[in-house]
Amino acid sequence: MKINKETVEKVAHLARLEVSEDEKELFAHQLSDILDHAEKLNELDTEDIAPTAHALPIQNVFRKDEVRASLDREAVLANAPQKDEGMFKVPQIVD
Amino acid sequence: MLDGYEMTVGLEIHVQLDTDTKIFCGCKNEFGAEPNHHTCPICLGLPGTLPVLNEKAVEYIVKAGLALNCEINTFSKFDRKNYFYADLPKAYQISQFDLPFCEDGHVMIQLEDETEMKIGITRIHLEEDAGKLNHAGEGIASSDSSLVDYNRVGTPLIEIVSEPDIHSPEQAIAYLKKIKSILEYIGVSDCDMSQGSMRADVNISVAPTGSDELGTRTELKNMNSFKAIEKALKYEPKRQIKVLESGGEIIQGTLTWDDEAGKTIPMRSKEEAHDYRYFPEPDLVPVIVEQEWVDGIEDSLPELPDARQKRYVEELGIPEYDAMVITADREMADFFEAVVKEHNDAKAISNWIMGDFSRLLNEESITIAEVKFKPADLAQMLKLMDEGTISSKIAKTVFEEMFATGKNPDTIVEEKGLKQISDTSELEKIIDQVIADNQSALEDYRGGNKNVFGFFIGQTMKATRGKANPGMVNKILKEKLEG
Amino acid sequence: MELYQLTAHQLHEKLVNKEVTAREITESIYNRIEAVEKDVKAYITLTKEDALKQADKVDEKIANGEEIAPLAGIPIAIKDNMSTEGVKTTCASQILHNYKPPYDATVIKKLVAEDYIMVGKTNMDEFAMGSSTENSGFSKTANPWDLTRVPGGSSGGSAAAVAAGEAIISLGSDTGGSIRQPAAFCGVVGLKPTYGLVSRYGLVAFASSLDQIGPFSKDITDCAIALNYIAGHDEFDSTSANREVPDYTASLNQDIAGMKIGVPSEYFGDGIDQEVKDAVWAAIKKLEELGAEYEEVSLPHTDYALSAYYLIAPAEASSNLARYDGVRYGLRSEEAKGLVEMYKNTRQEGFGDEVKRRIMLGTYALSSGYYDAYYKKAQKVRTLVKQDFDKAFEKYDVLISPTTPTTSFKAGAKKDPLEMYLSDICTIPINLAGIPALSMPCGLDSNGLPIGLQIMGNHFGEEKILQVAHAFEQATDFHKKQASL
Repeated sequence: MKINKETVEKVAHLARLEVSEDEKELFAHQLSDILDHAEKLNELDTEDIAPTAHALPIQNVFRKDEVRASLDREAVLANAPQKDEGMFKVPQIVD
Repeated sequence: MLDGYEMTVGLEIHVQLDTDTKIFCGCKNEFGAEPNHHTCPICLGLPGTLPVLNEKAVEYIVKAGLALNCEINTFSKFDRKNYFYADLPKAYQISQFDLPFCEDGHVMIQLEDETEMKIGITRIHLEEDAGKLNHAGEGIASSDSSLVDYNRVGTPLIEIVSEPDIHSPEQAIAYLKKIKSILEYIGVSDCDMSQGSMRADVNISVAPTGSDELGTRTELKNMNSFKAIEKALKYEPKRQIKVLESGGEIIQGTLTWDDEAGKTIPMRSKEEAHDYRYFPEPDLVPVIVEQEWVDGIEDSLPELPDARQKRYVEELGIPEYDAMVITADREMADFFEAVVKEHNDAKAISNWIMGDFSRLLNEESITIAEVKFKPADLAQMLKLMDEGTISSKIAKTVFEEMFATGKNPDTIVEEKGLKQISDTSELEKIIDQVIADNQSALEDYRGGNKNVFGFFIGQTMKATRGKANPGMVNKILKEKLEG
Repeated sequence: MELYQLTAHQLHEKLVNKEVTAREITESIYNRIEAVEKDVKAYITLTKEDALKQADKVDEKIANGEEIAPLAGIPIAIKDNMSTEGVKTTCASQILHNYKPPYDATVIKKLVAEDYIMVGKTNMDEFAMGSSTENSGFSKTANPWDLTRVPGGSSGGSAAAVAAGEAIISLGSDTGGSIRQPAAFCGVVGLKPTYGLVSRYGLVAFASSLDQIGPFSKDITDCAIALNYIAGHDEFDSTSANREVPDYTASLNQDIAGMKIGVPSEYFGDGIDQEVKDAVWAAIKKLEELGAEYEEVSLPHTDYALSAYYLIAPAEASSNLARYDGVRYGLRSEEAKGLVEMYKNTRQEGFGDEVKRRIMLGTYALSSGYYDAYYKKAQKVRTLVKQDFDKAFEKYDVLISPTTPTTSFKAGAKKDPLEMYLSDICTIPINLAGIPALSMPCGLDSNGLPIGLQIMGNHFGEEKILQVAHAFEQATDFHKKQASL
């Protein structure tokens, strides 16, 4: 298996996901299967192939440095789970 | 300084660009607004929104790159730097990983011993700033919640990364000041450290002198005052050496500078391995910076501090040190040149600017832009001195008055009756009176005590409230005392 | 025929001729929803009140003798991953269960300008990750042709809504087949336009370099009309193509004699059902009868596309979905000490299994030490897949293949993620190349389930696709078959 439980734990932390013991086992298994399938790519020699990040060769798209209306603060905060003093409230940052 | 060791400093300087709008949306780029007033779906990273690059930000980073002697990359692209933090609405920062706009630059710095030194610049890349956290209570650690203001999110930011060429606090500060000076010159940022528009991450390591390898480094993030950086750079290498000498190991990590205690302390947060998972930003397309564009920007660059300094020394004949100090601040140099245009004694002008002018600016803590009088007024004051209308001593008074009120020197001289007395008969009358009032001193003088000559000068000046032409007083007194 | 069974162009004619009112059309749709929605479950949110108000406005315009746009008064369903101002936009995820955006997506703005009528927001696989709409965080949508089967995914709600008469047209999004596969399963027309033709601004990102919005409709004419109104350059989307948009209805009714069709053999391999192959070949023969020429062609990197896709898409998704952190909108876990725990609990509670799996996969593929081996390798293979198409389109006007390896499968039939992923093998290469492709019905299998025909074109080759599709449609009756619900 390509991915063991420890790797799942490490990746889950990077992705800020809480995973249960059962899920760790399951993910380790499923992700390994998918990555095994991805091994197929190694059949191809891609040494001299440039990677494709964009499907279309578009470049140099800019906007002018012109001010547009911002959102009303009421709308900014309308979906906030918690807010105070016109700001978003979050729990303690350092545990 | 550091017995047997050498310190190496790396600086990552973050500078906010002074565009009208943010880097990827049309919100105002402005410091000091009410919380979350300059935000929109795009900079808040609401689901479905997309960034569009502000052309001005590209122009500004290219400008900065040229002014800092960088190569401008024809092909640049943006990448996502992924990490979670409450001030980062998309949980990734749009930045540049392997293809920044500028690479391989340098600046020259001058040290107190008048030596010059070249500091390399590895790269300059463009990215977006994050928001701001406000902590309730005593600080980040003790408060049970924080408040997030996203006004600053999306402010265009350039990061200037130095080569490991810096080995002393003095070099570091000279480098920082030079960068600040150049960026102010070209008008891409106000570099106001108190408002966070210029801040630096400082990497510090020590290694035995002569060693080829750098030691393990520690990092101080978001330093926003020269003084604090200087103090930290004096403290941290000593701490590291102490650890090494006692057989310990330097732990790579982030420290904070406690200015009150005057020492570095390790960050309390759990140190975790950073894995930013950079990958090409699919929502932005590559930027091709054509040579023509670069040329146009290069043409728009003003004369930079080094060139100006050289010109002042070579063409205006002012001392190297004066030229350096004056050119470090563009406004100061512009002011100086405006006076030079009206008056031909550059040395005298530089003396005034380096002397009383700088002193008063400091005392009142105001900027050149806030100065009340005009460059032409200073030129006029110097002209009054040349013509003998005022003495250099009176000029000091006139200058202070100009600084305080913005009145022109002619008016000041007129109103305060400060015109120099250069009329021979008038001066003779006054001097006669002074001599008559001080007979015993006269006797002393004539008895061989030439030191009392100064006393007579003083008395004459006192009698004229400083307005007497000193040269003439000298001459007339001599004649009269010798009898 | 009931009004809900008609097409947009038929309804437009009736509106203009004052045979019906927009209110009648809209009411017909909501009556139909009343009747079948409990079984189909195509929608997450219905916006009836606003829809009727909007219908009255259109009727007023008509009464005033004003000219109306082709989509004015037409009830359209919107996939719930397109931002609609003031209307919940959930992506079928608990993490956005209460999120009401303060802005409209560009496509929505365009449709609003046309006086369209929004019926509601349709169900989908959570964050568009899935091929059956079983991954919705709210409910599972059924296939109107057989309620025990899936409608496909991820735009299953949008496809089912049109197939069941719960909307005249709908919008979906397609990252690896999410429009075409459900269109095939539900017996409707679905188009994934060229990447960059339709603005992505306001489309909640799954995999940014692959996502594209497109329409579902009952026939090709409606598809062309819808495309006319959603296509075009957008200054808010840097990846949007800055080019003139043609009138796509102009390419309909044009002779296809002499057109060159390529039939890529890799799309007819062992994994494809014989019934599906037969129906697609019959369609190719039909086109030959109509004067087109066909030839078999090889796209040698087809077999690698799936693996490349399942690295690239999750990688981008892992980054795109990081913003759902409980700070600014959506779900926040109540029980958390400190910020990091809040993040983890919120994301644990808010995301479903498939989403978590792909975030994990994508995070891993981008992480230090694996980037070159996985993500970069996949991007290089993407280049090869794209080059296959570039080469083929030097010679052929369109390529034709099945849309899916099989017809719709039973709900709950595919438990293994990899098995589910394999159902996208015919659609994924198209997204990697960024080219357009359309799925349209070309027959029914022995279970009476629709079979999809996929027509692919070169970049911005939508006109040729529509031309071929329309010719086929006019020569056959498949599009007239509707689900008997």
